[in-house]
Parts: sequence; C-alpha cells; structure tokens
Amino acid sequence: MNADTADTSVASEPAKTLGEPIIVIEDVRKSFAGLEVLKGVSLTVRQSEVVVLAGRSGSGKSTLLRCIDQLEPIDSGTIRVGGELMGFREKDGKRTPLPDHLVARQMRQLGMVFQNFNLFPHLTVIDNITVSPIKVLKRKREEARAEARALLARVGLPEKENAYPRQLSGGQQQRVAIARALAMKPKVMLFDEPTSALDPEMIAEVLDVMVDLSRQGMTMIVVTHEMGFARAAADRVLLMHEGVLVEEATPEEFFTNPQSAEARVFLSKILRH
Amino acid sequence: MNWSWAYFFEYLVNDLMIRGAWTTIWLSVVSMVLGLGLGVVAAMFKMYGNAVLRVIAEFYIWLFRGTPVLIQLVIIYTGLPQIGIRLTVIESAIIGLALNEGAYLAEIIRAGIMSVDRGQNDAARAVGMSWRERMWLIILPQATRTIIPPLGNQFNGMLKTTSLASVISMEELMRNAQMLAQIEFRVLEVYLVAATWYLILVTIWGLIQQRIEAHYEKPFGPAAAVSPDAKKQIEKAMGAGHV
Ligand SMILES: Nc1ncnc2c1ncn2[C@@H]1O[C@H](COP(=O)(O)OP(=O)(O)OP(=O)(O)O)[C@@H](O)[C@H]1O
Ligand SMILES: [Mg+2]
Repeated sequence: MNADTADTSVASEPAKTLGEPIIVIEDVRKSFAGLEVLKGVSLTVRQSEVVVLAGRSGSGKSTLLRCIDQLEPIDSGTIRVGGELMGFREKDGKRTPLPDHLVARQMRQLGMVFQNFNLFPHLTVIDNITVSPIKVLKRKREEARAEARALLARVGLPEKENAYPRQLSGGQQQRVAIARALAMKPKVMLFDEPTSALDPEMIAEVLDVMVDLSRQGMTMIVVTHEMGFARAAADRVLLMHEGVLVEEATPEEFFTNPQSAEARVFLSKILRH
Repeated sequence: MNWSWAYFFEYLVNDLMIRGAWTTIWLSVVSMVLGLGLGVVAAMFKMYGNAVLRVIAEFYIWLFRGTPVLIQLVIIYTGLPQIGIRLTVIESAIIGLALNEGAYLAEIIRAGIMSVDRGQNDAARAVGMSWRERMWLIILPQATRTIIPPLGNQFNGMLKTTSLASVISMEELMRNAQMLAQIEFRVLEVYLVAATWYLILVTIWGLIQQRIEAHYEKPFGPAAAVSPDAKKQIEKAMGAGHV
C-alpha cells in the first residue's frame, strides 16, 4: 500500500509507454551545392516519443527536420512515416520522386513549427488555422472553426481568433503556429528551434504548450537548446555534429554522463551560461 | 476664331464625348483584366515553367515591351488581314492593348511573387498544400499587396493609352474628339474637353485606387511598409511604362 510513498516527489509522472516505430530514417544523406550536410543519418522514433535534437549551429539539425518533412529532397537513404516511404514511389527496386500533390498529401502527416513562426500575415488567426483544413482537407467550415477555437483554447489564446498575426507577440504567434500545425491532425510534430526567436519572457509560454502536448502523447522531434524542456519532456536527447548523430541518451544520462567528446564539449558550452 | 467657353461646356457634355468616355472606360477595364490574366500566366511560365515555357514567356515580354503599342495596334488591325486574320476594330483594340499590358504586368507580378518571404511557401507546404493551393491561397494574396500600387498606376496609364486605338478608328474619347473637331473646327475647345475627360477619369480612378490599396494593406497594419527591395524590383519591372 505505501511501498512507494518514499519517492512521491520524484515519481510525479507515470512512466510513459512508447508505441510502435512511427518514423524510421535510414542512412539519409543530403548535400547543398557540394557541401554534405547530412552524412548518413539513421534514427527511429516511436509513437508518443519525444526526441530532443541538439547540436551546434550548422551541424545540420534544421536540414534533418526539413528532410523529414519533405521541405528538402534527400539525396539518398530512406525516410518512412507510419511505414510509408516519403517523397518517392518505389517500383521494382527503382525510386522515382513523387509528384508535388502526392508529396503534399504525405506532408499532412507531419506538423512543422518554424523558428520564425511563418504565420500567414494576410489571414486572421482563425483563418491561419483553418485555411488548410477547409481548402485542403475539405472539412466543413463551421466544424473546422469550432476545432480551431478548441485548439486556440488549448494553446491559451481563446480571445485572439480575429487578430492578425502582426497584432500578436512572438510567443502568441508561435502558439498560433502550433495550433495551425495541430489542426491538420498530424501523427508527428516537428519543432525547429521554436523559442529561439522569442524574447526570454515568452519562452515559457511556448514551452508549456509543448510540454502539455508531449503529456498528451504527441510524438515530437524538437530541435532546441532549451535543456529545461529536454529534462521535463524528452525521452531521448540526440546530439548532431557535422551531419552525424554522435550521441543518443536519456536526458538524465546526457546531462550527467555524456559518452562522446562532442557531447562533453557541447554541454560545457551551453551550461556555461 | 477666339476661345469660347460656350463651346467648351457644350462639348463637355456632348453626346459623342460622353459615349467616347464610356468606351474609354470599358476598353481600359476589359484590356486590363485580360492583360492581368496574360501577365499572371506569363509570370508563372517565367518563374515555374520548363525551358520551353520560359522561352515563350521571355519572348512575349521582350516583344511587346520592345515595340510601340501604336505599331502593335496597326499591325493587328491593318497588317494581319494580309495573312487572312481579320479582326474587328474592337477585337483588335482589346487584343492589342491586352497583349501589351500583359507584358508589363508579367514583370510586376513576378516581382510581387518574389517579394513574398520564402518561409511562407515552406509553411504552406508544411500544412499540406499543393503547388496550386500554395499559389492561390498563400503566395498570390500576399503578392497582391505589393502588386496593387503599380497595378493601379498601370491602369492609370491604360486609361490614356487607349487613345492610341483612335488610329484604328476605335470610337473612344480621342477618336470622337477628332470627329467633333471636324464639324465646327473648334479644335482647341474639343481637345481640351477630351483632356478634361481624361483628367476626370484618372482622378476618379485615383480615389478608387486609394481605397483598394487601403483594403489590401489592412492585415499588415499602417507601420508595415513594402520592403525597399521589393519596391526596387517593381520599379525596375515597370520600366518606362506605356507607349
Ligand atoms: N538551402 C541551403 N542552401 C545551401 N546551404 C544550406 C542550405 N540550408 C542549409 N545549408 C547549409 O547546411 C549546413 C547545415 O545547416 P542547418 O540549417 O541544417 O544547421 P542547423 O544545425 O540547423 O544550424 P542552426 O543552429 O544555426 O540553425 C550549414 O552549413 C548551412 O549553411
Ligand atoms: Mg537550424
């Protein structure tokens, strides 16, 4: 009955059960004009897993996320989401790139949140969220709007539906961007430094939404240097260095007992300030 | 023959002049709308087309920006029948003006599209939009904001350029003024009336243009100016304007 009363302070959360692999990346390579940015990246992410991807500037973190989301075509390797090969059609062992509208369909499985929010400035908040559900998924307008309102409540912005993006603070814009991505009901959410363009006082409001999302079982890959978020929400921390994943560990291990030299250098730099 | 205010005011509301003004208006609107369609297509070909489409668009823009509208109109109306293509005055005027306008608008539209931040395309793709959806829902509406002011100026130019269609006997303001001048040889009064009519049309358009611009600026707020870079692009695209 009271066997575990001693450590209630630690076990505040039930252990999360991870599901089947949902993203499977094998040996992905990508070059820009002769510069190899991804040098054979392999990674498996399971259902409901939260992976934090760290690494210094230029190491290829954004490129990896953009390749997963098909914003950049890959040179070789495979990316599968829910078992489906992304970006290509495979026939008799030969690969041909998928046409634009089929890639667009695949991309709906993934939600992406950008460093600079990239909200649509000509649309109000609610239209930002509903434009794709209505025009692309052909959802009923009123239904889509009702869902958008629920999402706005979830990200803590119930009163902003008729505002234009320019009328919102950075933190508010980023939360709308998260709602916009969620409105497509993605299987996985990708975040590319979602808080690094924000004033310090706004970082928490965005991270809170993300932590919340992770608690509700969303599968997430998050590029961030917010190590507080990694501790609070990540199941795994990956370190990228010059286009290669050099370290993979639980947050606990990563911060207390990093294995690679790169991870030790990285930690010494970010923990210094 | 002295200057006569009486003739001036009589001509100002003369039936021939009013009909001419009306023709100038609809000819400008129709040519502009068709020119806009051509301009969008040419801009799309040039920006997103394969090599063949790009060459076609480049050639079209080069040809129509590189020759006077006057010659284009004369060739279409009086030259083409020689190879069996017979067009009415109205058809010739509309086609000539629209083709010419489209060549200028293509460059303006292209500059407008290029002024839209690249992140917008990424974001639209990330919410699963196809090329067509991105274009119609995200890119073009934002490009519109940069395109509208020069587009308005082009329409201002168009109202006046239609006067060139008088040489192929299109009965717009200029042509009707010429006819009126033949009756009593009150040349100064007649052409000043025509000039007054153009001023009236252009001034009214100016007021309408202000409203349209304000409408498209609304989402961006008073502080958000079009980037100087985009402005430069558009000024370059407009080049010498009409004629
Ligand atoms: N579209 C592109 N064209 C050319 N080079 C690119 C392009 N995108 C990225 N690169 C290059 O690829 C390398 C990796 O860039 P990437 O943006 O993936 O790094 P990152 O780890 O996200 O860095 P940061 O922390 O600065 O965001 C860099 O050298 C960058 O200059
Ligand atoms: Mg980056």
